[in-house]
Amino acid sequence: MPTTKPLLLVADRPEDALTIRRALGDLGMAERMVHTPGTEHALAYLRCVTNEKPALILLDLNAAGTAGIEFLRAVKSDPSLGAIPVVVLSDSPQRQDVIQSFDLNVAGYIVKPTDYAALVEAMRIIQDYWSLSYLPAGPR
Amino acid sequence: MRDSRPVLLAEDDSIDAMTVRRAFRDLKVTNPLVHAINGEEALAYLKEKTNDRPCLILLDLNMPKMNGIEFLTAVKTDPAFKKIPVVVLTTSSEQRDVVESFRLSVAGYIIKPVDYRNFVEAMRTINMYWTLSELPDEKAEDPNAHNQTLVACGRSS
Repeated sequence: MPTTKPLLLVADRPEDALTIRRALGDLGMAERMVHTPGTEHALAYLRCVTNEKPALILLDLNAAGTAGIEFLRAVKSDPSLGAIPVVVLSDSPQRQDVIQSFDLNVAGYIVKPTDYAALVEAMRIIQDYWSLSYLPAGPR
Repeated sequence: MRDSRPVLLAEDDSIDAMTVRRAFRDLKVTNPLVHAINGEEALAYLKEKTNDRPCLILLDLNMPKMNGIEFLTAVKTDPAFKKIPVVVLTTSSEQRDVVESFRLSVAGYIIKPVDYRNFVEAMRTINMYWTLSELPDEKAEDPNAHNQTLVACGRSS
Protein backbone atom coordinates (compact mmCIF):
# COMPACT_ATOMS: atom_id res chain seq x y z
CA MET A 1 0.00 0.00 0.00
CA PRO A 2 2.23 2.85 -1.21
CA THR A 3 -0.48 5.37 -0.37
CA THR A 4 0.18 7.37 2.79
CA LYS A 5 -3.47 7.12 3.82
CA PRO A 6 -4.09 5.28 7.08
CA LEU A 7 -4.95 1.63 7.39
CA LEU A 8 -7.79 1.11 9.84
CA LEU A 9 -7.71 -2.03 11.97
CA VAL A 10 -10.96 -2.90 13.72
CA ALA A 11 -10.27 -5.49 16.42
CA ASP A 12 -11.67 -5.58 19.93
CA ARG A 13 -9.30 -8.18 21.38
CA PRO A 14 -6.10 -6.31 22.35
CA GLU A 15 -3.96 -9.43 21.80
CA ASP A 16 -5.20 -9.70 18.18
CA ALA A 17 -4.50 -6.04 17.52
CA LEU A 18 -1.03 -6.40 19.03
CA THR A 19 -0.14 -9.43 16.88
CA ILE A 20 -1.35 -7.74 13.69
CA ARG A 21 0.48 -4.52 14.59
CA ARG A 22 3.65 -6.55 15.13
CA ALA A 23 3.23 -8.30 11.76
CA LEU A 24 2.62 -4.97 10.02
CA GLY A 25 5.66 -3.60 11.86
CA ASP A 26 7.79 -6.39 10.42
CA LEU A 27 6.57 -5.25 6.98
CA GLY A 28 7.39 -1.60 7.75
CA MET A 29 3.75 -0.52 7.91
CA ALA A 30 2.93 -0.19 11.61
CA GLU A 31 3.10 3.60 11.64
CA ARG A 32 0.22 3.81 9.14
CA MET A 33 -2.06 1.63 11.19
CA VAL A 34 -4.90 3.17 13.16
CA HIS A 35 -6.42 0.76 15.64
CA THR A 36 -9.94 1.21 16.92
CA PRO A 37 -11.00 -1.19 19.68
CA GLY A 38 -14.42 -2.35 18.57
CA THR A 39 -16.83 -1.45 15.83
CA GLU A 40 -18.49 1.51 17.56
CA HIS A 41 -15.16 3.29 17.90
CA ALA A 42 -14.39 2.42 14.29
CA LEU A 43 -17.64 3.94 13.01
CA ALA A 44 -17.08 7.05 15.11
CA TYR A 45 -13.54 7.34 13.71
CA LEU A 46 -14.79 6.92 10.12
CA ARG A 47 -17.62 9.44 10.53
CA CYS A 48 -15.49 12.13 12.15
CA VAL A 49 -14.85 14.65 9.34
CA THR A 50 -11.47 15.73 10.69
CA ASN A 51 -10.07 12.18 10.45
CA GLU A 52 -8.48 11.17 7.18
CA LYS A 53 -10.45 8.39 5.47
CA PRO A 54 -8.46 5.14 5.48
CA ALA A 55 -7.18 3.51 2.28
CA LEU A 56 -8.30 0.11 3.53
CA ILE A 57 -10.16 -1.36 6.50
CA LEU A 58 -9.03 -4.62 8.11
CA LEU A 59 -11.94 -6.04 10.10
CA ASP A 60 -11.33 -8.76 12.66
CA LEU A 61 -14.69 -10.46 12.31
CA ASN A 62 -14.43 -13.12 15.00
CA ALA A 63 -13.59 -10.69 17.72
CA ALA A 64 -16.50 -8.47 16.80
CA GLY A 65 -19.05 -11.28 16.39
CA THR A 66 -22.40 -10.11 15.02
CA ALA A 67 -21.26 -6.53 15.60
CA GLY A 68 -18.74 -7.12 12.79
CA ILE A 69 -21.52 -7.86 10.30
CA GLU A 70 -23.48 -4.83 11.54
CA PHE A 71 -20.35 -2.71 11.10
CA LEU A 72 -19.94 -3.97 7.51
CA ARG A 73 -23.58 -3.19 6.78
CA ALA A 74 -23.24 0.34 8.22
CA VAL A 75 -20.03 1.12 6.28
CA LYS A 76 -21.30 -0.26 2.98
CA SER A 77 -24.62 1.58 3.17
CA ASP A 78 -22.97 4.93 3.98
CA PRO A 79 -22.31 6.86 0.73
CA SER A 80 -19.23 8.57 2.21
CA LEU A 81 -17.67 5.26 3.33
CA GLY A 82 -19.08 2.58 1.02
CA ALA A 83 -16.23 2.72 -1.50
CA ILE A 84 -13.49 1.94 1.07
CA PRO A 85 -12.40 -1.68 0.58
CA VAL A 86 -12.90 -3.87 3.66
CA VAL A 87 -10.84 -7.04 4.14
CA VAL A 88 -12.10 -9.48 6.76
CA LEU A 89 -9.64 -11.24 9.06
CA SER A 90 -11.12 -14.27 10.75
CA ASP A 91 -10.12 -17.14 13.01
CA SER A 92 -12.00 -19.77 11.02
CA PRO A 93 -13.48 -20.25 7.55
CA GLN A 94 -17.15 -20.48 8.58
CA ARG A 95 -18.91 -20.87 5.23
CA GLN A 96 -21.92 -18.79 6.27
CA ASP A 97 -19.66 -15.93 7.44
CA VAL A 98 -17.76 -16.06 4.14
CA ILE A 99 -20.98 -15.91 2.09
CA GLN A 100 -22.52 -13.20 4.25
CA SER A 101 -19.33 -11.10 4.12
CA PHE A 102 -19.10 -11.27 0.32
CA ASP A 103 -22.81 -10.49 0.15
CA LEU A 104 -21.88 -7.30 2.04
CA ASN A 105 -19.19 -6.57 -0.57
CA VAL A 106 -15.97 -7.36 1.27
CA ALA A 107 -12.79 -7.33 -0.83
CA GLY A 108 -11.28 -10.43 0.74
CA TYR A 109 -11.82 -12.86 3.62
CA ILE A 110 -8.58 -14.06 5.16
CA VAL A 111 -8.35 -16.76 7.79
CA LYS A 112 -5.54 -15.71 10.13
CA PRO A 113 -2.82 -18.35 10.40
CA THR A 114 -2.09 -19.22 14.04
CA ASP A 115 1.63 -19.45 13.31
CA TYR A 116 3.27 -16.00 13.50
CA ALA A 117 5.57 -16.43 10.46
CA ALA A 118 2.58 -17.55 8.39
CA LEU A 119 0.61 -14.52 9.62
CA VAL A 120 3.39 -12.17 8.48
CA GLU A 121 3.37 -13.93 5.10
CA ALA A 122 -0.42 -13.50 4.86
CA MET A 123 -0.10 -9.80 5.71
CA ARG A 124 2.63 -9.51 3.06
CA ILE A 125 0.30 -10.98 0.41
CA ILE A 126 -2.44 -8.53 1.49
CA GLN A 127 0.07 -5.66 1.30
CA ASP A 128 1.34 -6.73 -2.15
CA TYR A 129 -2.17 -6.96 -3.55
CA TRP A 130 -3.34 -3.60 -2.18
CA SER A 131 -0.09 -1.96 -3.33
CA LEU A 132 -0.78 -3.18 -6.84
CA SER A 133 -4.42 -2.10 -6.71
CA TYR A 134 -5.47 1.51 -7.12
CA LEU A 135 -7.60 2.78 -4.25
CA PRO A 136 -10.60 5.09 -4.07
CA ALA A 137 -8.91 7.15 -1.33
CA GLY A 138 -6.92 9.07 -3.91
CA PRO A 139 -3.33 9.41 -5.11
CA ARG A 140 -1.11 6.52 -4.15
CA MET B 1 -6.97 -19.45 -7.04
CA ARG B 2 -8.38 -20.96 -3.87
CA ASP B 3 -10.77 -23.30 -5.64
CA SER B 4 -10.96 -24.90 -9.06
CA ARG B 5 -13.94 -23.03 -10.50
CA PRO B 6 -13.42 -20.99 -13.68
CA VAL B 7 -12.19 -17.40 -13.82
CA LEU B 8 -14.37 -15.22 -16.06
CA LEU B 9 -12.45 -12.65 -18.11
CA ALA B 10 -14.45 -9.84 -19.75
CA GLU B 11 -12.05 -8.31 -22.28
CA ASP B 12 -12.62 -7.00 -25.81
CA ASP B 13 -8.94 -6.93 -26.80
CA SER B 14 -7.95 -10.38 -28.07
CA ILE B 15 -4.23 -9.71 -27.51
CA ASP B 16 -4.85 -8.78 -23.85
CA ALA B 17 -7.01 -11.89 -23.42
CA MET B 18 -4.22 -14.01 -24.89
CA THR B 19 -1.75 -12.37 -22.50
CA VAL B 20 -3.92 -13.29 -19.49
CA ARG B 21 -4.16 -16.87 -20.80
CA ARG B 22 -0.39 -17.02 -21.27
CA ALA B 23 0.22 -15.63 -17.75
CA PHE B 24 -2.15 -18.26 -16.29
CA ARG B 25 -0.14 -20.96 -18.07
CA ASP B 26 3.23 -19.55 -16.98
CA LEU B 27 2.04 -19.28 -13.37
CA LYS B 28 0.50 -22.76 -13.54
CA VAL B 29 -2.92 -21.43 -12.60
CA THR B 30 -5.14 -24.40 -13.33
CA ASN B 31 -8.54 -22.65 -13.23
CA PRO B 32 -10.27 -22.70 -16.61
CA LEU B 33 -10.28 -19.19 -18.14
CA VAL B 34 -13.62 -18.28 -19.71
CA HIS B 35 -13.25 -15.35 -22.10
CA ALA B 36 -16.18 -13.02 -22.90
CA ILE B 37 -15.55 -10.20 -25.39
CA ASN B 38 -17.80 -7.64 -23.69
CA GLY B 39 -20.05 -7.13 -20.67
CA GLU B 40 -23.10 -8.42 -22.48
CA GLU B 41 -21.43 -11.75 -23.29
CA ALA B 42 -20.03 -12.02 -19.73
CA LEU B 43 -23.50 -11.44 -18.28
CA ALA B 44 -24.99 -14.02 -20.65
CA TYR B 45 -22.38 -16.54 -19.45
CA LEU B 46 -23.35 -15.88 -15.81
CA LYS B 47 -27.07 -16.19 -16.55
CA GLU B 48 -26.76 -19.53 -18.34
CA LYS B 49 -27.55 -22.01 -15.56
CA THR B 50 -25.60 -24.89 -17.11
CA ASN B 51 -22.33 -22.88 -16.92
CA ASP B 52 -20.07 -23.24 -13.89
CA ARG B 53 -20.22 -20.12 -11.78
CA PRO B 54 -16.82 -18.38 -11.74
CA CYS B 55 -14.84 -17.98 -8.51
CA LEU B 56 -13.53 -14.60 -9.71
CA ILE B 57 -14.25 -12.10 -12.50
CA LEU B 58 -11.47 -10.11 -14.20
CA LEU B 59 -13.08 -7.09 -15.82
CA ASP B 60 -11.89 -4.64 -18.46
CA LEU B 61 -13.69 -1.28 -18.34
CA ASN B 62 -13.59 0.02 -21.91
CA MET B 63 -15.58 -2.45 -23.97
CA PRO B 64 -18.21 -2.07 -26.70
CA LYS B 65 -21.92 -3.00 -26.28
CA MET B 66 -21.84 -3.22 -22.48
CA ASN B 67 -18.85 -1.62 -20.79
CA GLY B 68 -17.31 -2.63 -17.45
CA ILE B 69 -19.24 -0.13 -15.33
CA GLU B 70 -22.57 -1.20 -16.88
CA PHE B 71 -21.63 -4.85 -16.30
CA LEU B 72 -20.68 -4.11 -12.67
CA THR B 73 -23.98 -2.32 -12.09
CA ALA B 74 -25.88 -5.35 -13.41
CA VAL B 75 -23.83 -7.93 -11.47
CA LYS B 76 -23.78 -6.11 -8.14
CA THR B 77 -27.55 -5.53 -8.10
CA ASP B 78 -28.32 -9.18 -8.84
CA PRO B 79 -28.47 -11.29 -5.64
CA ALA B 80 -27.37 -14.37 -7.61
CA PHE B 81 -24.10 -12.77 -8.77
CA LYS B 82 -23.25 -9.96 -6.37
CA LYS B 83 -21.06 -12.12 -4.10
CA ILE B 84 -18.61 -13.03 -6.87
CA PRO B 85 -15.47 -10.90 -6.39
CA VAL B 86 -14.74 -8.67 -9.39
CA VAL B 87 -11.23 -7.34 -10.04
CA VAL B 88 -10.92 -4.53 -12.59
CA LEU B 89 -8.07 -5.03 -15.07
CA THR B 90 -7.83 -1.94 -17.23
CA THR B 91 -5.61 0.67 -18.89
CA SER B 92 -7.60 3.53 -17.32
CA SER B 93 -5.92 5.17 -14.34
CA GLU B 94 -8.58 7.90 -14.14
CA GLN B 95 -9.52 8.47 -10.50
CA ARG B 96 -13.16 8.82 -11.59
CA ASP B 97 -13.13 5.23 -12.89
CA VAL B 98 -11.37 4.00 -9.73
CA VAL B 99 -13.91 5.62 -7.40
CA GLU B 100 -16.89 4.53 -9.52
CA SER B 101 -15.62 0.94 -9.57
CA PHE B 102 -15.11 0.81 -5.79
CA ARG B 103 -18.56 2.36 -5.27
CA LEU B 104 -19.77 -0.63 -7.27
CA SER B 105 -17.92 -2.91 -4.84
CA VAL B 106 -14.97 -4.16 -6.85
CA ALA B 107 -12.38 -6.16 -4.91
CA GLY B 108 -9.35 -4.60 -6.62
CA TYR B 109 -8.49 -2.19 -9.43
CA ILE B 110 -5.36 -3.09 -11.35
CA ILE B 111 -3.77 -1.25 -14.25
CA LYS B 112 -2.59 -3.69 -16.94
CA PRO B 113 1.19 -3.50 -17.12
CA VAL B 114 2.37 -3.12 -20.73
CA ASP B 115 5.51 -5.20 -20.25
CA TYR B 116 4.81 -8.97 -20.15
CA ARG B 117 7.13 -9.66 -17.21
CA ASN B 118 5.32 -7.04 -15.11
CA PHE B 119 1.99 -8.39 -16.33
CA VAL B 120 2.88 -11.87 -15.04
CA GLU B 121 3.97 -10.36 -11.72
CA ALA B 122 0.60 -8.58 -11.43
CA MET B 123 -1.24 -11.83 -12.21
CA ARG B 124 0.95 -13.65 -9.67
CA THR B 125 -0.05 -11.13 -6.97
CA ILE B 126 -3.75 -11.47 -7.91
CA ASN B 127 -3.48 -15.26 -7.83
CA MET B 128 -1.69 -15.29 -4.45
CA TYR B 129 -4.26 -12.97 -2.88
CA TRP B 130 -7.24 -14.94 -4.18
CA THR B 131 -5.57 -18.18 -3.04
CA LEU B 132 -5.10 -16.75 0.47
CA SER B 133 -8.63 -15.34 0.61
CA GLU B 134 -11.68 -17.51 1.05
CA LEU B 135 -14.13 -17.41 -1.86
CA PRO B 136 -17.89 -17.60 -1.54
CA ASP B 137 -19.27 -20.80 -3.01
CA GLU B 138 -22.92 -21.37 -2.21
CA LYS B 139 -23.02 -24.73 -3.95
CA ALA B 140 -20.05 -26.25 -2.16
CA GLU B 141 -20.50 -28.76 0.60
CA ASP B 142 -19.92 -27.12 3.95
CA PRO B 143 -17.52 -29.30 5.97
CA ASN B 144 -18.39 -27.41 9.17
CA ALA B 145 -22.12 -27.93 8.68
CA HIS B 146 -21.45 -31.61 7.98
CA ASN B 147 -19.45 -31.97 11.18
CA GLN B 148 -22.09 -30.17 13.16
CA THR B 149 -24.72 -32.57 11.81
CA LEU B 150 -22.58 -35.53 12.82
CA VAL B 151 -22.12 -34.14 16.29
CA ALA B 152 -25.84 -33.42 16.58
CA CYS B 153 -26.67 -36.96 15.44
CA GLY B 154 -24.20 -38.38 17.92
CA ARG B 155 -25.80 -36.49 20.77
CA SER B 156 -29.32 -37.43 19.89
CA SER B 157 -28.67 -41.16 19.54
